[in-house]
Amino acid sequence: MSRFLIRRILLGLLTLLLVSVVVFAATQALPGNAARAILGRDATPARLQALTEQLHLNRSVFSQYFSWLGGVLHGDFGNSAATQAPVSHLISSRILNTAFLVLVSAIIAIPLSIGLGVLMAVRRDKPTDHIISITTLALAALPEFVIGIGLVLLFATNVWHVLPAVSIIPPGEHAWNVPKVVVLPAATLIIAVTPYISRIMRASMVEVLESDYVTMARLKGLPNRTVIWRHAVPNAIVPAIQVSALQLAYMAGGVVLVEVVFNFPGIGSALVDAVGNRDIPEVQALAIIIAAVYVVVNLIADVLTILVTPRLRTAAAR
Amino acid sequence: MSTPAITIEDPIEPGGVGQEVMRQRQWKVLLSATMHQWRSRIGLVIFVAMVFVALAGPLFAPHSPTQFVTAPNSPPSSEALFGGDNLGRDVWSRFLYGGRSVLGMSVAATIIGVTLGLAVGLTAAYMSGVTDEVLMRISDVFMAFPQIVLALLLLTAFPSSVILIVLIVGLSHAPRVARVIRGAAQQVVERDFVKAAEAVGEPRRRIIFGELLPNVTSPLTVEFGLRLTYSVGLIAAINFLGVGLQPPKADWGLMINENRLAVTVQPWGVLLPVIALALLTIGSNLLTDGFARAAIGIDRGGE
Repeated sequence: MSRFLIRRILLGLLTLLLVSVVVFAATQALPGNAARAILGRDATPARLQALTEQLHLNRSVFSQYFSWLGGVLHGDFGNSAATQAPVSHLISSRILNTAFLVLVSAIIAIPLSIGLGVLMAVRRDKPTDHIISITTLALAALPEFVIGIGLVLLFATNVWHVLPAVSIIPPGEHAWNVPKVVVLPAATLIIAVTPYISRIMRASMVEVLESDYVTMARLKGLPNRTVIWRHAVPNAIVPAIQVSALQLAYMAGGVVLVEVVFNFPGIGSALVDAVGNRDIPEVQALAIIIAAVYVVVNLIADVLTILVTPRLRTAAAR
Repeated sequence: MSTPAITIEDPIEPGGVGQEVMRQRQWKVLLSATMHQWRSRIGLVIFVAMVFVALAGPLFAPHSPTQFVTAPNSPPSSEALFGGDNLGRDVWSRFLYGGRSVLGMSVAATIIGVTLGLAVGLTAAYMSGVTDEVLMRISDVFMAFPQIVLALLLLTAFPSSVILIVLIVGLSHAPRVARVIRGAAQQVVERDFVKAAEAVGEPRRRIIFGELLPNVTSPLTVEFGLRLTYSVGLIAAINFLGVGLQPPKADWGLMINENRLAVTVQPWGVLLPVIALALLTIGSNLLTDGFARAAIGIDRGGE
């Protein structure tokens, strides 16, 4: 198993390295001159010259890449092209806000979806199952920003005005100090990911409920509750854990749109602002952080799946 | 899932006329099983209705989408059925014009993404070994970026255009489609008729497109539906973020962006495109799910 783990981790690192190449190539190496992209069409030659030197664009692409990568590995993402402040300084509090939003959403969404999945499986092919199934299917289709705007229309503006439509967090404060502004963004993310987890949980649970050991437990006369929660759920939960991790990774992208809808000061809205300002160092930093989160969460999910599945555990040990 | 679950002898010789007839019959069964479910019927009705609104909408628009007809953010009145937008243009007309770009770009991006993913997935499954490993590692790298982040990254570097957005969205689908198709094709590669075709010495390209492709059409169709649903969301999102199509273009995503600041006084400029996008994606997802269920049911020999 340790061989498998090492291979999986090395592959993860390789993916991360290639991710850094893609981020760098897309923003700095390919389109000719990054300085012109930042300054726009009416840049004066003097300013172009100054920025070219500041970003070391006059050096070779390789030397640019390695000095950038070296910085990234030390947590130094360079200076923002828009404000001149260090990028790491600009985004650190935003990372915490986004992390809080994603964690709150996950803590609510995962148990909620597992519960819904179990409910659907237990009431298989009954009206409850059909109603939840069709509802989650419809919700799964909706783009996050459509969900977010729907919630704003319902709860923050036109129908009931009970929650803030805009997530204002005073400077120096963090999202957890102003819980009211987290409610709607978190609700949006929860609605976006719950369908996927609950549908997988339903499928896995349906299979387990048909198995011999569940029949056996029922024949022994165990109460229904015990059969479901003690015998069936622990065996059905592995695929749900896996898909939960995938959804957690997915949230790293979904959070971009949700943050823009609510003006939530996190890394997603920062990324969109940076793209708008053509602030290349900041775009690079945020893109690589989001991709790294995705790779690492997937890695953890794979390892967890192996650890909790005896069959795979022994297969990997071979 | 290890070796293919179904090991029934293939009754008909590879590439023969009989096989073609078999396949057509299978498709008929599949489509009727799809249409037997309520979710598919509802999905189809919603989807067709929204496609009609998107394509034929401009024919029914009372005004030009860029003409100023009323006061900014004015409520519904006799000259503007759903009021004026942030600049005083007719919300209803802009809504009727705003679907074509979403639908057209989404369909184009889906075709590009599914075709590319199909080619990569089939090649990886058939060649296996180093080619498979390299193709899958490249897929991993592109899948490490959430689709919207990849789009934003590329839109920083290149000036935004319709073609670029379509290409980016298509490219971001490709690795995801490739994984699914590879998985489906790997089970086909092991089967006898592929071995037979190899033994006869059929060229590689003929085996991939003549033997593998016809046997992954069900997952391919599901992927197409799924990617179309996601394309609509992604393209609308890019335009909503303001990094895609530029004003004064009438587009559902862009409309939401333009009118959302005034949503308390004039909700229609946001509400109409939001409802349209929701219905379009829900319709295509219900239909896709109905088809996917039918395909699984038939593979199991009908539940």
